[in-house]
Amino acid sequence: MDNERKLTIARAMAEATAQEMRIDPRVFVMGEDIADLGGVFGNTRGLAEEFGKERVRDTPISETGFIGAAVGAAQDGMRPVVELMFVDFFGVCFDAIYNLMAKNTYFSGGKFNVPMVLMTSTGGGYSDAGQHSQCLYGSFAHLPGMKVVSPSNAYDAKGLMTAAIRDPNPVIYMYHKGLQGMGWLGTEKGAIVHVPEEPYEVEIGKARIAREGRDVTIVSIAQGVHHGLKAARILQDQGISAEVVDLRSLVPLDRDTIRASVAKTGRLIVVDEDYHSFGVSGEIIATVTETNLADLKAPPRRIAYPDVPIPFARVMEQYCLPNADKIVAAARELCGAVIPA
Amino acid sequence: MATKKAPERPNVSKEELLKFYREMLLIRRFEEKAGQLYGMGLIGGFCHLYIGQEAVVVGLEAATKEGDKRITSYRDHGHMLACGMDPKGVMAELTGRIGGYSKGKGGSMHMFSKERHFYGGHGIVGAQVPLGAGLAFADKYLGNDNVTFAYFGDGAANQGQVYETYNMAELWNLPVIFVIENNQYAMGTSVKRSTKSPSLWERGAAYGIKGEAVDGMDVLAVKAAAEKAVATCRAGEGPYILEMMTYRYRGHSMSDPAKYRTREEVEKMKSEKDAIEHVRDLLLQGGLASDEELKAIDKDIKAIVNEAAEFSKESPEPPVEELWTDIYA
Repeated sequence: MDNERKLTIARAMAEATAQEMRIDPRVFVMGEDIADLGGVFGNTRGLAEEFGKERVRDTPISETGFIGAAVGAAQDGMRPVVELMFVDFFGVCFDAIYNLMAKNTYFSGGKFNVPMVLMTSTGGGYSDAGQHSQCLYGSFAHLPGMKVVSPSNAYDAKGLMTAAIRDPNPVIYMYHKGLQGMGWLGTEKGAIVHVPEEPYEVEIGKARIAREGRDVTIVSIAQGVHHGLKAARILQDQGISAEVVDLRSLVPLDRDTIRASVAKTGRLIVVDEDYHSFGVSGEIIATVTETNLADLKAPPRRIAYPDVPIPFARVMEQYCLPNADKIVAAARELCGAVIPA
Repeated sequence: MATKKAPERPNVSKEELLKFYREMLLIRRFEEKAGQLYGMGLIGGFCHLYIGQEAVVVGLEAATKEGDKRITSYRDHGHMLACGMDPKGVMAELTGRIGGYSKGKGGSMHMFSKERHFYGGHGIVGAQVPLGAGLAFADKYLGNDNVTFAYFGDGAANQGQVYETYNMAELWNLPVIFVIENNQYAMGTSVKRSTKSPSLWERGAAYGIKGEAVDGMDVLAVKAAAEKAVATCRAGEGPYILEMMTYRYRGHSMSDPAKYRTREEVEKMKSEKDAIEHVRDLLLQGGLASDEELKAIDKDIKAIVNEAAEFSKESPEPPVEELWTDIYA
């Protein structure tokens, strides 16, 4: 296509933020190394140059302090877009997030709301060990009062960022490092797609059928979607037609799309780079089994990170991560298996 | 905090003294009533009473203007009354009723008022302090001259996030007044047992923040210090720290038997330093008000508090459908 305007997720996020800053003076950005450095993962690049360092504000390494300050500013009508470099770092400041940001709307009986975006990087696969490689999707999605999104491609990244900034609620915007298009993290070509220049929203809470299929549904988010798509291409050559659902949002969760897809295929595989137990994968399986058990032709499967701290050694980490081969193997088993009568 | 002061003749009008008397008495009677309702089982959870500390919020509020903001922790009833929130709405929140400020969803520790610029009521020690800096940041960003009062206690003064906030507030020159309500006990732990250097406001010096300690039992001293701090912040030279030396007469919460201090200590404070008695003495011994005038005020306040208590009992319980509203805006 001649008119194609392919962007990375990082550039798409920065573009959406810049466009919202141009039309809404209440939008400001703060975080560690987001101004002069442009964000470790590129998603604030160019903002300080255009909007100045009042609106694009480097902070001290004081996460509780600046996330708490953002909550206060948001309750006062501002629209903070806040970055915390790695999702792993939330341990030092989770109180400001789940006790304040997520609860003050409710505790005020709706008098105040907290319109802010908290963006953070997720994911591993590049040997950074367990304090820099987690996803923790489920930890945020578990707690009521905040929305949670994670894009798999640049089109959704821009639309979700625009929607998140305009949303009157706190939105956790989780971007997977492996999809950012930063050379040093490896590049997932499927994430770099055409992005319209004009502003647009991708509805928060709406999943997308990334690939249609008949025999098995693969549900995932962010990087896992690309594993699913790769597996679907392999499975096609083996005569199995896989449908890939890109959740895009975890909260709200588009349960209808999941159920409709499983109603069609009768088989479900959830791919989740977050930890196996007590998380997103279990929730999605419950979404189907609680209400649509009869749609299933085989027991659901999950391909998730084992319940171990993420190791440094490459061979160990790669053994744990979801990948297309694991999905293919699971799909073949499911399509050959039947639920015993 | 040694001997009882002889009533001096400070530069303060009769009207202002009567206003202080009235506002402090409202808080005290309200809190006494809350204690009664708690004892009757009408208020659940913990309930942190402000009795003894009334001069702090009343003196500080006397230095505010419309638009100024306040945020505090869970010992918040006094702050809400002092900034003009409706006692009925506060008491009904304590009893968990639909007529409460948060429709019964927040309770004693979580109330808010947009009209009175009161940003809560927060249940985690020290967590409101960064939010206060954010409120001040918004005002600075918007270019107005509003000031935020971020209250916290001597216990919270040992929370790391307070110092993260000090640094940011000074770095960004924010119009925030950090009010340390040093009532000398973090639950049952006295400042002496938790803190080697007992002067909490002086810690601000490490960040370049101005501050001072104030006799928080003397509403006139509080107001004078507040005016200085407010002027500093409005002039764009904030932040500022005010350490209010005060004392809570009751336990940390209703469940506190207060075994960590002597009865004599409490009685000494009550008889020598009580903030309301101090103003009462100024009014009576200065010949500014008669006993009858003060009794009339007492009667008024009693009526307001009784009305609030009645409202808090009559207001309906929240319907279960309310459970699912206000989670998201």
